[in-house]
This record gives sequence, structure tokens and C-alpha cells, in this order.
Amino acid sequence: MTALAIDARGLCKSFAGRVAVSNAAIQMPRGEVWGFLGPNGSGKTTTVRMLCGLLKPDAGEGACLGHDILTQTDAIKRETGYMTQKFSFWEDLSIRENLDFVARLYDMDNRRARVGKAIENLGLGHRQHQLAGMLSGGCKQRMALAACILHDPKLLLLDEPTAGVDPQARREFWEEIHRLSEQGLTVLVATHYMDEAERCDRIVYIAHGKMIARGTVGEVIAASHLVTRIAEGEGARHLAAEIGGKPGVEHAAFFGAALHISGQDGGALDAALAPIAGNPACGGARRNRALRMYSSI
Amino acid sequence: MRGFSSVRMIAVMLKEFVQMRRDRLTFGMIIGIPVLQLLLFGFAINNDPKGLPTAVQVRDESVYVRSLLKAIENTGYFVFTAQVHSEREAALLLDQGRVSFVITVPEDFSRRLMRGERPQVLVEADASDPSASVNAIAALSRLEMTALSHDLKGALAPASPSGAPIELRIQRRYNPEGISAYNIVPDLLGVILTMTMILITGLSVTRETERGTMENLLAMPLTPAEVMLGKIVPYVLIGYIQVAFTLLGARFVFHVPMLGSMWLLALALALFIAANLSVGFTFSTLARNQLQAMQMTFFFFLPSILLSGFMFPFRGMPGWAQSIGEILPLTHFLRAVRGILLKGNGWVEVWPHLWPLLIFLTLVSTLALSRYRRTLD
Ligand SMILES: Nc1ncnc2c1ncn2[C@@H]1O[C@H](COP(=O)(O)OP(=O)(O)OP(=O)(O)O)[C@@H](O)[C@H]1O
Ligand SMILES: [Mg+2]
Repeated sequence: MTALAIDARGLCKSFAGRVAVSNAAIQMPRGEVWGFLGPNGSGKTTTVRMLCGLLKPDAGEGACLGHDILTQTDAIKRETGYMTQKFSFWEDLSIRENLDFVARLYDMDNRRARVGKAIENLGLGHRQHQLAGMLSGGCKQRMALAACILHDPKLLLLDEPTAGVDPQARREFWEEIHRLSEQGLTVLVATHYMDEAERCDRIVYIAHGKMIARGTVGEVIAASHLVTRIAEGEGARHLAAEIGGKPGVEHAAFFGAALHISGQDGGALDAALAPIAGNPACGGARRNRALRMYSSI
Repeated sequence: MRGFSSVRMIAVMLKEFVQMRRDRLTFGMIIGIPVLQLLLFGFAINNDPKGLPTAVQVRDESVYVRSLLKAIENTGYFVFTAQVHSEREAALLLDQGRVSFVITVPEDFSRRLMRGERPQVLVEADASDPSASVNAIAALSRLEMTALSHDLKGALAPASPSGAPIELRIQRRYNPEGISAYNIVPDLLGVILTMTMILITGLSVTRETERGTMENLLAMPLTPAEVMLGKIVPYVLIGYIQVAFTLLGARFVFHVPMLGSMWLLALALALFIAANLSVGFTFSTLARNQLQAMQMTFFFFLPSILLSGFMFPFRGMPGWAQSIGEILPLTHFLRAVRGILLKGNGWVEVWPHLWPLLIFLTLVSTLALSRYRRTLD
């Protein structure tokens, strides 16, 4: 048994000539919880799919739980739980039927009891015969997680599991992830949320298909040399067009209502942002209160 | 590559059944199409006209002939409206549609009857409207045995070794293959199954792709064969339900005769349904969405209708069309099922139409399995 749950290097994948992932490498020890961060379209989903055998890498090699990701995908599938970004269980089956189907596919003994227990853990006993399509976003995600861990996988790959889930349910979701991790499960979570990243042992940051940083959250921030100012409040949504392209501004994008403006050189960035402190679009007197700025990755 | 697991296949089957039950529209289509088609076509079958105008050409005026003609008229299907004296005259009447039948009794009829030589009576029928002539012809066939039984008693009786003392030779004009309205029932089976079976499997796989559940299916340990069989078997059962509906309707509402072995029919159906399902599965591996799967189905359905012998008599088609027709499962199924239902054909006659289905099934399933993507690429 290798100490690494995931050990992949040089992974490349293009779609119709467009590079989605290039030269990605992950060495992830067993039993940890890692966050996988990156903006939309940066290649998180593609990387995860390559790891669990759903996409064939154009180049590169690797192993998941000691099984080759090119040739032993069946073994990987049996020992891995993969929760897709988009809800991909059957909406016209009930919760119980979905779990039952999964249990049968993994040819489990004690199927009935295990499915019953999973439903109980979900706290959805009274709604087990409800169609999955009728569930709320949070319930769907919890059901999907329950289905993914039904067969006692050793590795859990979660692709944005808390997208569209309310804060309370998100907290509970993460408590569950940590509980699973304590039982020895290795978990890789793709996410956009900084607070979730902070709950991970380590994070991997990917942008434009390239892994540009890895380590603990603190290390990544320190190593990135990237300074980000976040503008939020009433005026923020008018700023993006104004600010893009100014010297010192390398990247400006919204995360939720907040505009993240980043660049390598903090001084230049602040110089570029200085004029907007007096921008009338920012909302007059309330501007200073509304337009907060702070450093982050 | 791991081995095939029947547990996983059954898991897929059960899932399909549940989904099918929930999908009211598809379910309605499965049951509705055969019922609707049978009703539409059925009323075309069901007319049973009597008193059809008939010309007689009698060259032998004997008591036997009078008795025979009387018996023919007594069936109720024939009314003698003309006496003709030559072939030309008879042909003219048929051509013009003034009579539906011409019955010709030869001049040596009585003499040969006495000798026990089974004299022939020629019945020329206008078969262009088969629904009109089919019952009349059936009534005539029954007369062979019974028409003269009163007149041929005692010394004459043993003079008919083959059982029937006379032979009624029926010549169908204008429709020599004798394609009868009853054909529509076996044909309808084939057409309904072709359309619904291909469409259903095509949709059931592309639906997984379209709804994103395919990613989940692929992320779990399932082999292509398990998916394919798990998705095909439930629809084979559906196919049989459609067949049952069609046959029961045909039998009890429209009194269509069914002569052959139902076991043989079940075998032919199994092969044909599986062949169509494998086509549907292949389409689903090519189509990106349900609309494309539907378009492919109709693309396949059209030649099936036109070139299988359903729409036009097979032997009347040009050579290239026949060659294409020979590839289609519907062509072979129509031959088999017409033979079984209408002619009472047995294993020996039907086998030549079954093995092409078997080959088709094998080739297309292999294609489907090799095309089935195991990744999302
Ligand atoms: N099946 C596919 N066919 C073509 N292009 C694809 C396919 N899957 C992904 N891509 C492209 O590859 C790039 C990376 O996509 P990917 O889904 O991996 O990003 P992501 O980091 O998961 O983004 P998000 O945060 O939006 O989920 C994108 O530009 C995307 O358009
Ligand atoms: Mg993604």
C-alpha cells in the first residue's frame, strides 16, 4: 500500500485543440483533506475526472490508491467515491431507489440495512420515498454525498459539493467531511469558497489549466506574491470595466458580489485603485463604509 | 476488464423499470400506439361484404353442377349476375370491375366426377381489394368438401380418395401474392415494434447523457454489456406487452385467423425485438441528445417501411431496393410472421427468415458495445 492516495504527474488534457489542463501534478497523502481551488474553467473538474478514470489524459501518468489511472480504472472506480459538480443522480427515482441502485451496482451484502442506515444518517427517513428531483439543493447534495460513501470508498473526490447550498447546510456538510476524514478517508474537494479552503489541510490552486500554487492556505498566500483587493458594496459592480487594464491590475473578477482585483505588485495595485475612492459611482457618502478593501490571495 | 455481473445488470434493469413507470408519456406511447394503429387499420379489416357479383361460365349442365352452384350461392357471398360464354367475355367483366368473381365449370366436370378424378372448378377472383374477397374465398374453400356431399352418396362416395370430390382452383387476379387485409396484423406488429423499440432504447441511453446522469453511471463499476443488457431486457418485455395487445385485439375484436405456433412466434419476436433494441442502443451511442436519437430512429424507420415489403410487394421492387431491404430486420420478420400467423408455417419454413435476424443482432450488438463510451471523452 502506497502512502499516497493520489500520485499523478504531467497530466494534460485538451478538448478540440483547446488546452483544459496542462502538466498537472498532485501528490496527496492518505487521510488528508485537500482543497482544489481555481476560477471557473480553470480545469478542476477535468483534473478530477482524469483522476477517477472518466477522462483519458492526453499525456501524463499517475495512480489513485495505487491503481494506474490509465489502465486500472475499474479498480479505482470501486474504491473511490466521486461526487459530480452537477447533481447526477436520477431525479425520477426516490432517495431510497437511488441509494438502492448504487448499492446494487457495488454488489454490497446487507444492502437493505446499509441503505436504511445511510438514509437514517441523512435524517431523511420520513422523505425516503420522495423523488430526488423534488429535493432542495442542500438535500440533493447530502443525498449525493451519502450515495458516494455508501460503498465505503477510500478516496472521496468532491467537485464543488456545496455550490448552491445555504451556509448552515454548508457547515454541516463540512462537519461530515471532517468526520469522514477522521475515519481515515482521503478527501479532495474542489471549491470556490475561501472559508472552505481554510478548513482543508492543504490546497492546490489551478488557473488556466496550470497548477500554480500548493500548500497550506497560509503558504499559498505567502508564496503567491499576489495581492488582491476586494471591493464590495453598492458601487463595486460598476468598477470592473473601469479598472481592468490599468497598470498593476492583472486580474479583476467577481466572486459573488465582491470584485477581486489582483496583481503582483501591491503598490502599483493600490495606485491604480486610488482614483476610484473618489468615484461618484461608488455611492457618495456611504462609499467609504461600503467600499472595503483587504488583502487576500 | 472485469467479468460480467448479473447483479449489476439487474440493478440497471430495475432502475429502468421504475423510471419507465414514472414516465407516463413514454408508457402511454408504448400502449397507445399499438391500440391506436390496430383500431385504425382494424376497421379496414373488419368489413365483410356479402353478395358479391359473380359471373358463371358453365359448359356442363348436370345435376351436380346445379347443386354446386346452389351451394356456392348459399354461402351468401356470391350473387350470380351474369352468364358468360367465353374467356374473353369473362376477362372483360373482371377488368371492368362489373363482377368480382368468375366461376368456370369445365365441360367434362360430371364425367370426371363420376370417375372420381376430382374435377377442377376455376374461380377467378378480383383480389385487388383483398378485404372484399378474402372472406368469400375462405367460404369457397370450405365448399370443396361439403358442396356435393348430398349428391355423392353410396356407390359414388369412395370414388373420391383424397377426401374432397372436387377441386376449387382459385386464381387471384391483380394481386397474385394474395396479400390479404389480414396481412396488416402481422405487418403492424413489425412496424410498431420497429418504431417504438428503437426509439425507446435510443432515448433511454441519450437521456442519461442529456441529464448528466451518464457521468455518474460511468463513475461506478459498470461494464458496457451490463448497461446494454440492463437497458434492453426491460424493453423486450414491453415489446411483448405491445404484441399481446395487438394480437388480442386482432383475435377478439377483428377475428383475424392465427394459424401457426405461438412459441415459434415468440421466438421470432424475441429475435426481432432484440435486433431493434440493439439498433436503438447503437443510435444512442452516436446521438448527443434525445432529439438526435429521435431523428436517427426515423431515418431508420423510413427505409424499413418502404423497402421491407410492408408498403410495396418485395418482389416487385428494383434490385437495389431489394438488396437494402434484405439488410433490414423488418423484412425478415415480416416474412416470418406472415408465414407463422397466416399460413401456419412451422420451424422449417420460418428458419430461413430467422437466421438473418440472428446475424443482424450479433453484428449490431457488437457494434453498439464497441461504440459505447466508457469515458466522457
Ligand atoms: N467535455 C468537454 N468538452 C469540451 N471542452 C470542455 C469539456 N470539459 C471541459 N471543457 C473545457 O475545459 C476547460 C476546463 O473546464 P473544467 O470544467 O475542468 O473547469 P472547472 O475548473 O471545473 O470550472 P468550474 O469552476 O466552472 O466548474 C473549460 O474551458 C471548459 O470549457
Ligand atoms: Mg468544474
